[in-house]
Amino acid sequence: MAANPMTQFEVYRIGPEIKIGTFDISFTNASLFMVVSSLAILVIFNLGAKKNSLLPNKIQLLAELSYTFVSKMISDTAGSKAKPYFAFIFSLFMFVLFCNMFGMIPYTFTVTSHIIVTFVLAAFIFIGVTIIGFIKHGFGYLKLFVPSGVPIVLLPLIVVIEIISYLSRPISLSVRLFANMMAGHTMMKVFGGFVISLGIVGGWLPLTFSVALTGLEILVAFLQAYVFAILTCIYLNDALNLHH
Amino acid sequence: MVKKYFFQLIFLYLFFSKEVFAAESGGMPQLDPEFWVSQIFWLTLVFGTLYIVLSKLILPKISANLELRKSQIQENIEAADKQRKDSELKLKEYDDIILKSKLESKNLFNETREKTLKNINIKKDSLEKQIDEEIKKAETEIEQLRKSAPEKINKIAIETSSEILKNLIGTEINNSSISAIVDDLYRKNGGKYYGN
Repeated sequence: MAANPMTQFEVYRIGPEIKIGTFDISFTNASLFMVVSSLAILVIFNLGAKKNSLLPNKIQLLAELSYTFVSKMISDTAGSKAKPYFAFIFSLFMFVLFCNMFGMIPYTFTVTSHIIVTFVLAAFIFIGVTIIGFIKHGFGYLKLFVPSGVPIVLLPLIVVIEIISYLSRPISLSVRLFANMMAGHTMMKVFGGFVISLGIVGGWLPLTFSVALTGLEILVAFLQAYVFAILTCIYLNDALNLHH
Repeated sequence: MVKKYFFQLIFLYLFFSKEVFAAESGGMPQLDPEFWVSQIFWLTLVFGTLYIVLSKLILPKISANLELRKSQIQENIEAADKQRKDSELKLKEYDDIILKSKLESKNLFNETREKTLKNINIKKDSLEKQIDEEIKKAETEIEQLRKSAPEKINKIAIETSSEILKNLIGTEINNSSISAIVDDLYRKNGGKYYGN
């Protein structure tokens, strides 16, 4: 059990190798947990949406509370114009949240602990937001890089900084989620390894840490999903309501 | 010889490269691009499906449920408001009725009181009149009796004196002389004996 703490992130093929051209698109453990998370979301929310009683039961309450939670988050950060993107942000939040949470079950695989997954999501958001911005404002969207009320002398510097910060959005968004998930799970694995190697005598301390870390990681799993969704809302807000 | 060295070099290269690769796979599996395409493919597929099912099937239902509940609650609140207003109106009506009936009963009470007082007064008056009459009658009777009393007394006095004298003296005495004495006494002391 005192294995390398990074082995938990290894991706391996489940079933046969599937190839399209030179690309390997085999079904892996990562794919399995994407499917499991999505199915869990669909089952829970389908059950929650199925029956409408004036006094909701538990699962309906869960679905409706999640709905109003995300809806409020979007209207608070991006305003009423962001309503058409509600379904996307809702799916995004739920997908990231469920992937994070499924990763907390021992012996499972954490989909969001892979930079490629988070980067694809972040890049999609970045490209989508940029396209929305240019559609809504045309070339006026470039005013985003020119904040108002800045002295003329500082303007070239500010514009460069703004452009760099805008371009680094997908990287910061993806790395934040990936690094949080990877670091947390690695730490838990390391402390778990300590429990085994120190044995019945000294293993209690790392075990206590492990329990505490589990709680912390569940918090982080929720928080990172929330941060991911709310940053998406903020980027969307920039594209929809050009304030600069 | 050269060929042999060449093969040895290739073997060494392969060996070391394998070692290097093994070391790297012990590092971060996330940076191993072997399954990147697979992950991108499955992520797109799964997330796309999730998005479509959620946005087309499930979220509209939840939204409709929420709207329905909101409108239902609103309706219920309105209905409750209406009923409250109705009951307030009824309460006012009821209060009015009670006030009215209270006033009415007061009036009725006063009326009957006055009526009975009047009746009592009338009866009292008539009774008083009757009593007055009776008193007057009695007074006249008494007056008559009083008026007639001295004569009768005189007569009795004369008769008794004559009777007493007859017993004392033993002879009949003229009544007229006795009556003259009695009259004389009466005139002198009449007021003393008969009041007034």
